[in-house]
Amino acid sequence: MEVFKYKENIKFMDNAKKFGILSVSLVVISLGLLFTKGLNYGIDFAGGTIIQVKYEGKAPIDTVRNIVSKDEKYKGASVTSFGSDSEIVIRTKQASKSVKGGAKVEVRDMLKDTGKFEIRRVDMVGPAVGDELREKGLMAMLLSIIGIIAYLSFRFEWRFAIASVVALIHDITIAMGSLALFQIDVNLPILAAVLTILGYSLNDTVIVFDRIRDGIRTIKTPDMDDIINESVTKTLSRTTLTSLTTFFVVLTLYLFGGEIINGFSFTLLVGVVVGTYSSIFVASPVLTWLKFSPLEFRAREADKLKREKEKEKMRAMYEQGTM
Amino acid sequence: MNALNYRVVIFAFAFLFGIVFSVPSLTQCDDKPTKGEASSCGKKITLGLDLQGGLHMLLSVKSEVAVSSKVKSMGTSIKYTLEKEEIIFDALQIEDDVITFDVLDKDDLLKVKEILAEDFKEMTVAQNGMSFALSLSDELIVTTKQNAINQAVDTIRNRLNMFGLAEPTVAKQGKDKILVEVPGIKTEKDENRIRKLIAKSAHLQMMAVDEARFARVDMMSNAEAKKYGDVILRDVEDNRTKYLLYSIPILDGSMLVDAKVGYGKDNNQPQINFKLNGQGAKIFGDFTAKSVGKRMAVVLDNQVYTAPKIIQRIGGGNVQITGAFTPQEAHDVAIALRSGALLAPVQVESQRSIGPSLGEDNINASIIALIIGFLSVVVFMVLYYGMTGVISNLALVANLFLILAVMSLFEATLTLPGMAGIVLTVGMAVDANVIINERIRELLHEGNSITKSIEQGYNNAFTAIWDANITTLIAAVVLFAYGTGPIKGFSLTISIGIMASMLTAILGTHGIYQWILPKIDKNRLNFWFGIKTDNTKGAK
Repeated sequence: MEVFKYKENIKFMDNAKKFGILSVSLVVISLGLLFTKGLNYGIDFAGGTIIQVKYEGKAPIDTVRNIVSKDEKYKGASVTSFGSDSEIVIRTKQASKSVKGGAKVEVRDMLKDTGKFEIRRVDMVGPAVGDELREKGLMAMLLSIIGIIAYLSFRFEWRFAIASVVALIHDITIAMGSLALFQIDVNLPILAAVLTILGYSLNDTVIVFDRIRDGIRTIKTPDMDDIINESVTKTLSRTTLTSLTTFFVVLTLYLFGGEIINGFSFTLLVGVVVGTYSSIFVASPVLTWLKFSPLEFRAREADKLKREKEKEKMRAMYEQGTM
Repeated sequence: MNALNYRVVIFAFAFLFGIVFSVPSLTQCDDKPTKGEASSCGKKITLGLDLQGGLHMLLSVKSEVAVSSKVKSMGTSIKYTLEKEEIIFDALQIEDDVITFDVLDKDDLLKVKEILAEDFKEMTVAQNGMSFALSLSDELIVTTKQNAINQAVDTIRNRLNMFGLAEPTVAKQGKDKILVEVPGIKTEKDENRIRKLIAKSAHLQMMAVDEARFARVDMMSNAEAKKYGDVILRDVEDNRTKYLLYSIPILDGSMLVDAKVGYGKDNNQPQINFKLNGQGAKIFGDFTAKSVGKRMAVVLDNQVYTAPKIIQRIGGGNVQITGAFTPQEAHDVAIALRSGALLAPVQVESQRSIGPSLGEDNINASIIALIIGFLSVVVFMVLYYGMTGVISNLALVANLFLILAVMSLFEATLTLPGMAGIVLTVGMAVDANVIINERIRELLHEGNSITKSIEQGYNNAFTAIWDANITTLIAAVVLFAYGTGPIKGFSLTISIGIMASMLTAILGTHGIYQWILPKIDKNRLNFWFGIKTDNTKGAK
């Protein structure tokens, strides 16, 4: 089977401006959402307690709500159904520090007359821990971005590194914007998902850039737009196919992976779509806007080659001389 | 070239390696090896708490309490030493971690100073006339706090090990936190018992009853008791019974060497027999000798368990705690006493407690996701790439086994996010093969021979795959270094997956091509590479 067969290159760069506007507005909307609605930090970062309770049969959610709202300690806690209608989740900002008792004992006692149930999960995070986690998460993100810029500058050129990071920030901002839009609980797994998007987005961009680097050497045109068009066209099949396989896999995670990793897989779904889009329509135009010149690149490469050749010649002469 | 080449051999070995070392994990073989002996099953992956259920807690230690009790035990020693030296003193008190006392006889001053300089040189001494004030030096406070944390780690570990559940983890995390993980807790009741065991201070004290003022205990306030250097504690069975005790104990649990559950001679009630070390036995003997006729209370965690009248000197250092214990409680208290007291109480900073049934649900959900994700990728690859896709799938399977094998060898923990990482790796690992296959097709379309297309295709694809994988790996490694809990598991599987895919998807498939090259029919490019022959400019 073959789907992607192009006799001619697609003129991506002719529409670069349109896509640029689309991307900028998406990013602006996302930032707007992040600043107005804000991220809905889950207990991992904000502190608090989650208690997941499974009833035999349908959960009496209204009764539970009623009881919980009357309890001094659990006032203001939210009670929602979780996955199926036999399971509920109680969320509270309280975080009991007691080793012996804690939420499990309290909730068992509080709900003892509501039917037969099992407390399946209690997650508790004290506020101090939450702060530490948030700090560490940000640190991880910054450090990996720095590491990646360093690596790409070394393997490609600094403009490539900057362009890929622009695409990366674009992807992450939009993914976080969608988290804010749907008010998904931001917990540690979500952080992991965001950082996966970071890796995935780069992966995609690097593959396109690799083709462009190739193209600069082999395509004999000084026009960067042509080089980009040809390179992106040639990688289009790969980009789409890999995105599709990844998308399907993440979709199965989203559909079958269970309620707990729902947020995680949702974030990845957004990330895969945006990451694919950005590697085609965002990363490469940024390269031209940064005034990347293929002629210069070639000249530098030739220069490097010349110097290496010279060195070799010198060495050969030296070796001959000593012999 | 067409014979067995080194690439295919390496791939075969990697595949075999993957299968052999992932078997123990896949079967979750468990032969309960005796301590110190290696399991005959070999190393395997442990399931994380979210997959098998269990309790995860991050504890912090109230180390300032350890400082207070250190001061208190210093107070005990000072009292003991001064009495032994027959120095007359009064108003021995501890307030805000400072020990104060007055010497009554001027002639003793020099001797007291000598004693303090000799036996208590780690304390800061301030003297004002006949009054002395002693406090811990800053340095000592720091080491006391450190000790309290380290000791809590050891104590909790001992207790959990003695409790007899499978493989609890107790480790110091950061500067002042303790990580406790207890997998495989089956019931809520067990969980509560474990929590109690962890939380128990097991602070044992022998305290003398203040017989002179005892009669007024029911009317005395705590503040008044404090003025006399006393403390009011309640009986463990009957909350209304109060005891007035000298607040500085005769001795404490640090001098205990063993504690066992026993049964009383007359009533067959569970009791705890414990043994004191040499010094403890001596102090205990001396005290009982001069206190015949008075009462002495055995106090555990600030509750009076028993307060018998001393009939004669008790030597040998064998003491019993009786009280209303169930056999189970007696068992747990003995464990706590044996493993030593917590110098300071612990509290929970964060916890995750997952019931076994939820763990099972999580495993099932992630395995279903893995199977469906895997199947859809495999089917897609065959449909789209023909035999080339089959070869890629072979690499994918090898990749999965390798991830499991490497994780088994490291005895890593597989968590739910880790499972997600594996599922994701399935999606991304075929990426390398997609890139390679596309390159090969391109070259075939350009009219190159099959041999050249394959060799050139691998060459062209290599830098792209390499650079892309390295960047992802950088992100994954940073995640692993900075992440905690769920993030660590996720980045671990991703990292291993990436590295394994370099071996299987690049080297492995390349080797297979070289191996079967002679069998590839140039007239059946659709079957082999999934492209129509007429699209090519006549492959040679």
